[in-house]
Amino acid sequence: MTLYLARRVVVLCTMLFGLLCITFFIANVAPGDPAALAAGPNATASMVATIRTEYGLDKPLPQQFVLYVASIFHGDLGRSISTSQLVTDQIALALPNTIELVLFATGFAVIAGVFLGVVSAVWRDSIIDHAIRIFSVSGIALPMFWLGLLLQLFFAVQLGWLPVSGRLGLVTVAPEPITHLLIVDSILRGQWSTAGEAFTYILMPALVLSFPTLASICRVARAEMIETLSSDYVLGARAQGLGIFSIQIRHALRNAMLPVLAVIGLHYGWTLGGTALVETVFDWPGLGLLAVNSALLADFKPVLAVTLIIGFNVMLANFLIDMAYAWLDPRLRRG
Amino acid sequence: MSLPEVTSPDMAALTPGAGSSSGRRELRRAVWLLSRSFSSMLGLAIVVLFLVLAVFGKWLVPFPDAATGSVDMAHTLQPPNWAHWFGTDDMGNDVFSRVIIGTQISLQVGLIITLGAAIIGVPLGMLSGYLGGWVRVTIMAITDLFLSVPSLVLAIAIVAVLGPGVANVMVALAAVWWPGYVRLIDSKTLALREEPFVEAARALGASTPRIIFRYLLPNCASPLIIKASMDMGAAILAAAGLGFIGLGAKAPSPEWGAMLSVARGYLPEWWWFAVFPGLAIYLSVLGFNLLGDGLRDIFDPRTTSQ
Repeated sequence: MTLYLARRVVVLCTMLFGLLCITFFIANVAPGDPAALAAGPNATASMVATIRTEYGLDKPLPQQFVLYVASIFHGDLGRSISTSQLVTDQIALALPNTIELVLFATGFAVIAGVFLGVVSAVWRDSIIDHAIRIFSVSGIALPMFWLGLLLQLFFAVQLGWLPVSGRLGLVTVAPEPITHLLIVDSILRGQWSTAGEAFTYILMPALVLSFPTLASICRVARAEMIETLSSDYVLGARAQGLGIFSIQIRHALRNAMLPVLAVIGLHYGWTLGGTALVETVFDWPGLGLLAVNSALLADFKPVLAVTLIIGFNVMLANFLIDMAYAWLDPRLRRG
Repeated sequence: MSLPEVTSPDMAALTPGAGSSSGRRELRRAVWLLSRSFSSMLGLAIVVLFLVLAVFGKWLVPFPDAATGSVDMAHTLQPPNWAHWFGTDDMGNDVFSRVIIGTQISLQVGLIITLGAAIIGVPLGMLSGYLGGWVRVTIMAITDLFLSVPSLVLAIAIVAVLGPGVANVMVALAAVWWPGYVRLIDSKTLALREEPFVEAARALGASTPRIIFRYLLPNCASPLIIKASMDMGAAILAAAGLGFIGLGAKAPSPEWGAMLSVARGYLPEWWWFAVFPGLAIYLSVLGFNLLGDGLRDIFDPRTTSQ
């Protein structure tokens, strides 16, 4: 296990290095003058020249790369040209909101996806099964941003049950930060009404973001349940006189969970990428919205920082999933 | 090598798909299987419909000028009626005509992204799978690297540097889309490399390019077509997403994502303006996905969903 762990850590570090190469390449080797880009659209020639020397952009590329990597390991991601804030400050504000959104979306996708998959498998070939299957096929084709707009139209405007967009009402005072996750902090500070309000704001974006993952989990859970329900040990459990529901929960479902875990891992990157669209629709002040707004202003430092953070996060998640698998299934450690 | 070109009848018999009569039988069986699946036929019908609209749309729509940036202030934001089935937009243009004409843009964008990704990914996958060794290790490491960064995020970063616009969106998405093709072709080639007909070709002195083009590539065709069909849907979706956030096509262009982006400001009162372009995205993506699913069930029965 130690050897396996060491090998995976080396792979992770190599991938991180590769990621740094990609972001560096996009910023420096792609067409366009990085100094002019950093200076903004209204800069004069002398401003561009100042920036070129200040950022070391007149040095040879390999040297620039070393400087770039060194600055990142010192926690320096540069400064945004559109807001002149430090990119690290922008990220610090946006990251907790995205974490909260992704956690809610993933949680919802697992609970609803497994539930629908199990229902579909147990009542196989019934009307419910067909309805759920159509739903899960279309889930992948539905444009998230359009679904978001439709939900806003229905639940926020037509019914008035939920707020249209944003993170929290304008007059509501956010709790003193502890974890920086708004709902968690509200609960820890005992501000239950704020927690409730924040919950109404997160509901729609989380639902929309969860949709593709939910659809995939539903398909996998259904297929796995059908297979396990017809396996020998489930037949054995039935022969012992166990009720169908107790079999599903205690035996079949537990075995169906491993592939579901794999789907969550596969979709994790997709979910993080989807935040760019969902956060735009719902004005959710997270990493995705930060990347989109900066990209629209050709302010590329925050965009590349978000790319780095999200990319590294997905790599880390894959690493942890590999570890979990190796721990669960010793055969993989030798692979 | 000065060996003579060898294409004996034995070789043809060893090569699956090369014998023309068995190939035709195989194709007929596939068509029959496809026609028996409701969802595949639905997918095919939707895809054909959108293809027809993409080619002939300009001549079929009631208001061909709607997509050229004309302004008709007397008829802005009318709800759906007999003259304007999908209503009119903020410039008084017929939404129905714009959605239909937009089909061409979206399908073209999807096709170029998919083709671009395949052109980068297929040769890399071939090389990696056929040559093996350190070539494979290197190519697969780069592929895994690109697979681990969410494609939409990377595409946004590329567009941020290149500047917004449809052309840059296509470049950015093709540049992040190829790793899937490397994975697919690599695993397929790796398996094919040990097949008797490839070994026989090698033993007879066929050159590496000849083995790749004559024996490996044709046998990768069906998984490639399946993946391309699925990817058409995903690429249309991604390009529309970038259009929606404002990095793709711009306003007078009838690109579906760009239409949604403008229409968003007119919700909820003028809902038709946003509903119909979104519906077009949804249906076209659904069509390609259903078709791809159906093709996979036929050509790759192991992964059939139950």
